[in-house]
Amino acid sequence: MSTVNRETPRPAAGRAGIKKELPDHFKDYRHVWVFIELERGHVHSVSFELLGEGRKLADKLEVQLAGVVLGPPGEAIGNAIAEAFAYGADIVYIVEAPLLADYRNEPYTKAMTDLVATHKPEILLLGATTLGRDLAGSVATTLQTGLTADCTELDVDTDGSLAATRPTFGGSLLCTIYTLNYRPQMATVRPRVMPMPQRADKPVGRVIQHKLSITEDEIVTKVLGFLPDSQSATANLAYADVVVAGGLGLGAAENLQLVKNLARAIGAEYGCSRPLVQKGWVSADRQIGQTGKTIRPKLYIAAGISGAIQHRVGVEGADLIVAINADPNAPIFDFAHLGIVTDAIRFLPALTEAFTRRLSPHNRDKLAS
Amino acid sequence: MHIVICIKQVPDSAQIRVHPVTNTIMRQGVPTIINPYDLFALEEALRLRDAYGGEVTVLTMGPPMAEDALRKALGYGADRAVLLTDRYFAGSDTLATSFALSQAIAKVGETYGAPDIVFAGKQTIDGDTAQVGPGIAKRLDLLQLTYVAKIASIDLAAREIKVERRSEGGTQMLKSRLPCLITMLEGTNEIRRGSIEDALGAARSGVLKWSAADAGIEDLTRCGLRGSPTVVKRVFAPAARAEKAVQIDTAEKTLRDTADELMAAIFTRQPALEHELAFNSGA
Repeated sequence: MSTVNRETPRPAAGRAGIKKELPDHFKDYRHVWVFIELERGHVHSVSFELLGEGRKLADKLEVQLAGVVLGPPGEAIGNAIAEAFAYGADIVYIVEAPLLADYRNEPYTKAMTDLVATHKPEILLLGATTLGRDLAGSVATTLQTGLTADCTELDVDTDGSLAATRPTFGGSLLCTIYTLNYRPQMATVRPRVMPMPQRADKPVGRVIQHKLSITEDEIVTKVLGFLPDSQSATANLAYADVVVAGGLGLGAAENLQLVKNLARAIGAEYGCSRPLVQKGWVSADRQIGQTGKTIRPKLYIAAGISGAIQHRVGVEGADLIVAINADPNAPIFDFAHLGIVTDAIRFLPALTEAFTRRLSPHNRDKLAS
Repeated sequence: MHIVICIKQVPDSAQIRVHPVTNTIMRQGVPTIINPYDLFALEEALRLRDAYGGEVTVLTMGPPMAEDALRKALGYGADRAVLLTDRYFAGSDTLATSFALSQAIAKVGETYGAPDIVFAGKQTIDGDTAQVGPGIAKRLDLLQLTYVAKIASIDLAAREIKVERRSEGGTQMLKSRLPCLITMLEGTNEIRRGSIEDALGAARSGVLKWSAADAGIEDLTRCGLRGSPTVVKRVFAPAARAEKAVQIDTAEKTLRDTADELMAAIFTRQPALEHELAFNSGA
């Protein structure tokens, strides 16, 4: 949560003294909550990823893991409840009301803050989606508590505090942030940053209903319509099995074609690092990294990408990272599995050609037999 | 129409380096810029003023050097600039930042007329939290419209605004009311070139410098480090993996042989991939 003036990294020893005794009125805050993001009938998969993390935190703290489902009455909310249990929740809180049909800040903030005030969780996790970020900022401000955005690692300290680690300084360093004297301790995590946990069919457990204390008349903002994204407009990057990406080492916008050619040859999605989006070479939905998409493919090929932390945290979940970079000291070689020090512009066509030969129909038939 | 836009001066992140030995940020000589996401909000604010008349006040909180960012904003055509600067703000997290900014916006409103719209960028490129905008909206009781892709219409007489808002998997069309807080999505417009008059005006006109007291902030315990519920305990560079990347040697080999060797190394480590690639590629 670094902002304006938090510029000087301070030694841990100097900051440890800040911890005071938790104020009495926060002492009965217990259990770990995960917001189950239900929009237009579907649960966002980041919610399951968070249940996996939440389970670990709850087990360490020896407390319960709860899912929080907000939505309109219907089949979808029932499914969301069942899935929350299947992914590890011990208990589910729901607020069911027709006016929660579309996401709007006012009723969702009201529902969440009322739930928190009544049932008092010590930790509240949300997905860092457009919905989750819009909601989390309002909820934290209403509750006057700390919120750490876009965490890449969550843990419990020896004293039971949530240790939330996130990139800082534009993604060049990591920092660990605590909310020591306020509750709940809130954090958001971006989709795909945490691994998807195992799903296990389980009977639906305890479900606690809570009434929504706001009426349509009190809500100013009205939804006039919704236009879903066309399939082609949404890059399916986050969930692709194979990804090829280019960075500044490509030198010029037209060399992005070399990345696209390799991607096409191996049936991959293509992406890029942040500078290419800032230069306007590639649209923002293709950006890979802390402020773009986080990916977890089986194979990731990075061409001409130096590998700043902001990029690294977005690709570390890949099974196999291959780096092509002309600079032997590029940080990407510190976390890639396979590296090659060479000019990506020259090498990409050769690699595309190699794959095309190997994967040609002729060889494919041999593979199949 | 009175529009307030909050901006932030940030280091140009493309140029930040970490010292290889001490693992600290090498800050010297890193140029500062207006947070790039804020420029979309600034342009939208200027367009609304040009269409509906009124004034654009640009506001930032930061050290004295943040005045540079405000002068740039004046150069683009903003009418007034306020720099909220005080040592009490040092160490602010997003909650303390949104507190100080909302107090300053209230003061701007008292002095120059209540704002109809408060703008902010989607997020900053250094903090990346996207929390300060919603925090200001909540504190000032403004309708919160984040990730706005387009302002479709404004009816000043009826105090009504219609926007297109990016949401998960699509675009919401929303009708809401003024006053509201809008965070603008990137790529929705392009910042103008300031006119010569604006450039001259920016050089001449003063940037208002407000302390906490000037902004009407009485409770200093809600500012800076003391007003921040979050505590940064540790800042560190991530550890390198135990083993570095296995390098494919390029010396004395043709490009073709090197490429074949890399491909073979990929398939050795992930044997199942060859099948998948062959059938995905649809050759």
